Amino acid sequence: MIDQLSWKVGGQQGEGIDSTGEIFAMALNRLGYYLYSYRHFSSRIKGGHTNNKIRVSTSETRSISDDLDILIAFDQETIDVNVHELRDGGVVIGDSKFNPTVPEGLNVRLYSVPFTEIASELGTSLMKNMVAIGATSAVLGLPVESYLEVVEEIFARKGAKVVEKNMEAIQKGADHFNELSGGQIDGFQLNKADGKKRMFMIGNDAIALGFVAGGVRFMAAYPITPASEIMEYLIKKLPEFGGTVIQTEDEIAACTMAIGANYAGVRTITSSAGPGLSLMMEALGLSGMTEVPLVVVDTQRGGPSTGLPTKQEQSDLMAMIYGTHGEIPKVVMAPSTVEEAFYDAVEALNIAEEYQCPVILLTDLQLSLGKQSVEPLDFSRVEIRRGKLVDQELPDTDDKDGYFKRYEVTEDGISPRVIPGMKNGIHHVTGVEHDETGKPSEVAANRQKQMDKRLRKLKNLRFNVPVVKQGQHTDPDILLVGFNSTRGVIEEAMPRLEAEGFKVNHAHIRLIHPFPTDEMKPLIDSAKTVIVVENNATGQLASILKMNVGQHEKIKSLLKYDGNPFLPSEVVMKCKELV
Amino acid sequence: MATFKDFRNSIKPNWCPGCGDFSVQAAIQRAAANVGLEPDNLAVVSGIGCSGRISGYIKSYGFHGIHGRSLPIAQGVKMANRDLTVIASGGDGDGFAIGMGHTVHAIRRNIDITYIVMDNQIYGLTKGQTSPRSEVGFKTKSTPEGSVESAIGIMELALTAGATFVAQSFSTDLKELTSIIEAGINHKGFSLINVFSPCVTYNKVNTYDWFKEHLVPLSSIENYDSSNRMMAMQTLMENKGLVKGIIYQDKVKPSYQDLAHGYSKKALAKTDLNLSEEKFNELMTEFM
Repeated sequence: MIDQLSWKVGGQQGEGIDSTGEIFAMALNRLGYYLYSYRHFSSRIKGGHTNNKIRVSTSETRSISDDLDILIAFDQETIDVNVHELRDGGVVIGDSKFNPTVPEGLNVRLYSVPFTEIASELGTSLMKNMVAIGATSAVLGLPVESYLEVVEEIFARKGAKVVEKNMEAIQKGADHFNELSGGQIDGFQLNKADGKKRMFMIGNDAIALGFVAGGVRFMAAYPITPASEIMEYLIKKLPEFGGTVIQTEDEIAACTMAIGANYAGVRTITSSAGPGLSLMMEALGLSGMTEVPLVVVDTQRGGPSTGLPTKQEQSDLMAMIYGTHGEIPKVVMAPSTVEEAFYDAVEALNIAEEYQCPVILLTDLQLSLGKQSVEPLDFSRVEIRRGKLVDQELPDTDDKDGYFKRYEVTEDGISPRVIPGMKNGIHHVTGVEHDETGKPSEVAANRQKQMDKRLRKLKNLRFNVPVVKQGQHTDPDILLVGFNSTRGVIEEAMPRLEAEGFKVNHAHIRLIHPFPTDEMKPLIDSAKTVIVVENNATGQLASILKMNVGQHEKIKSLLKYDGNPFLPSEVVMKCKELV
Repeated sequence: MATFKDFRNSIKPNWCPGCGDFSVQAAIQRAAANVGLEPDNLAVVSGIGCSGRISGYIKSYGFHGIHGRSLPIAQGVKMANRDLTVIASGGDGDGFAIGMGHTVHAIRRNIDITYIVMDNQIYGLTKGQTSPRSEVGFKTKSTPEGSVESAIGIMELALTAGATFVAQSFSTDLKELTSIIEAGINHKGFSLINVFSPCVTYNKVNTYDWFKEHLVPLSSIENYDSSNRMMAMQTLMENKGLVKGIIYQDKVKPSYQDLAHGYSKKALAKTDLNLSEEKFNELMTEFM
């Protein structure tokens, strides 16, 4: 019996590869296993190799595995491209339709199952995925009934007959495999899972759910990979709460429309990826200058320009911190797990309103799209804080025009905020430098006062757990540093490095800007070598560390920018080289 | 009830003496009072350029945004609070060059706001460059040999983009301009009002006298029917776009707000943000 297993299904894009993985994973999630998936896909709808790699485990896992136990192939290309990942003794199940072959010399077991033929006999070749799932369950020794609930939900609308046919396809797939293998094969049976109910979701789902729970009632956005799921969820859900989503003409409109709606008092967000964020930069400056709260999600993908639109990368870091001309207060936060993405989405809204500035909620493609098991979320942790938003009637003002001091210079730099429609709250808002009532002003003394006021707002930013710290060593050989989705792979590399005699600590940075120097400095000071693990080519996080903490000589970079997430073995191997 | 004086503040506009924008400002203030608004229920959102300063010269909630983006900001304000009257405004460069993408989409989206463009066929604040409304041959600093690009027929374009309210006016006709702005505010949907507002400093061609000579009042055209889109288009083309009055109005088509599925009748800014735990659990279960 084993505690974890890695399974991959591959074929041509558009032939149901995703849904095959989805049904397999959902059924196992329901049994209480922990799932973690990685989708390899291209920026096209039909054609081109695609695959879905799913890790099944009896304990929490947040990384893809180095190797593969079972490969399901709908075409020969899937085998050619992926067979090298199979472990010794691994299983390939290919559709008989293409006469699957495996390269000589590899110790893998190949089974040819007529996925398409069995499905066609049952009525439609579309069900070949179900046949493949059936063959998989035979390998795992899972009863076919495990899929019933999921199949019923998916096909309920199409009627009982369709449910029945799909279940039959699964059964036939299992039967056929058992016939071929002559009974169960050893080494693929998972220990029983805990049976607990968990969600099965992507990071974008968690963010979108966080926004709904955190009071977002309007969104303006433009479709882009890998951010669109956030928009799609809100399009589906906001009408239940009276809210709505506008798909704008471009990201400039999305961001400025969100600013208009936030100014008028509604929690409004926009989400995009690198190219969209590039277009939003001027608007981010407007939010900073006018002190209108704004939350923007940046789901990083491969850049620059159109780059690798469906691949993993973490190269927007500098752009998010420094993007927009001039100097504004801005918060950049980077959740490292799907759970955190939910709580951080809620918190981003609170921070934006409390500090009246733009907040970038940064993720990366693997965190945004990697579907995984997630423990139920704690609703008691959801709170809505609106900062200095005035919700009481205002007295007459002493301004000669009756204008409200929206930009009053205060000790903490944060001024009372009123929304349009309030009596005695009239004020002006402008991206031009302005006085306390928002009227344009080029007076030098006023300029200095307003700049200082805006920039001191984040001096005392309260942020929950800016750095996740793991490892207890007081004098570690290695401090591993990362942000966003690399957390899982680092967590997996740590014990392996420890087993090889290294003392390893881990710091995962959740607050990118303003940089948590006080938290990071002692961790870096105490380590012999600091290795910054990041998916980009220039070591952006390492540069930020050096800039804020110093210690240039001990900070080293472990980089990967080929579009794929790190594997645990890569981190282990390269760490050993770098020490 | 507020009068037009209640929409004034003490700020002296930085426009040149004789600029057409003064009258547009006055017309907005009068129209706001005439339709019964209070200053705190009006939001004026403007772009960048000479005319973009208008949000600071009218006593109301004012938002002076970034170049070309008054419309998305204004639409955001309206979506957040449908109880507010929202006026977007700016120049022809702001709306028809850098902001043209937003203009076309705001027209077809039909959110209930009023867009007033102060059209002087030139860039004033940057000291005299060509605008998308400049005629072929128009000499400016950026077109010393005369512009070779065609001028945008913005009224015609609005009609083809699905506009529900298209009007044009002239800044000296304060009375007519005021009544057109009132009609625009009262219109249920997006209203585009293009106002010829001469630049006395940089545009020596399209002067007050030039407009007086060339503009054809629609009221002078026998049996003109502003509900007839075909007639509107034909009249515009026959007169090279140089007409004034309400060119077209569709009083039947509902606004975006009335069509958006599930969108609250109550101003979103006044709705409760909190979710019940029961509802939250229901949402979580959908992922299980």
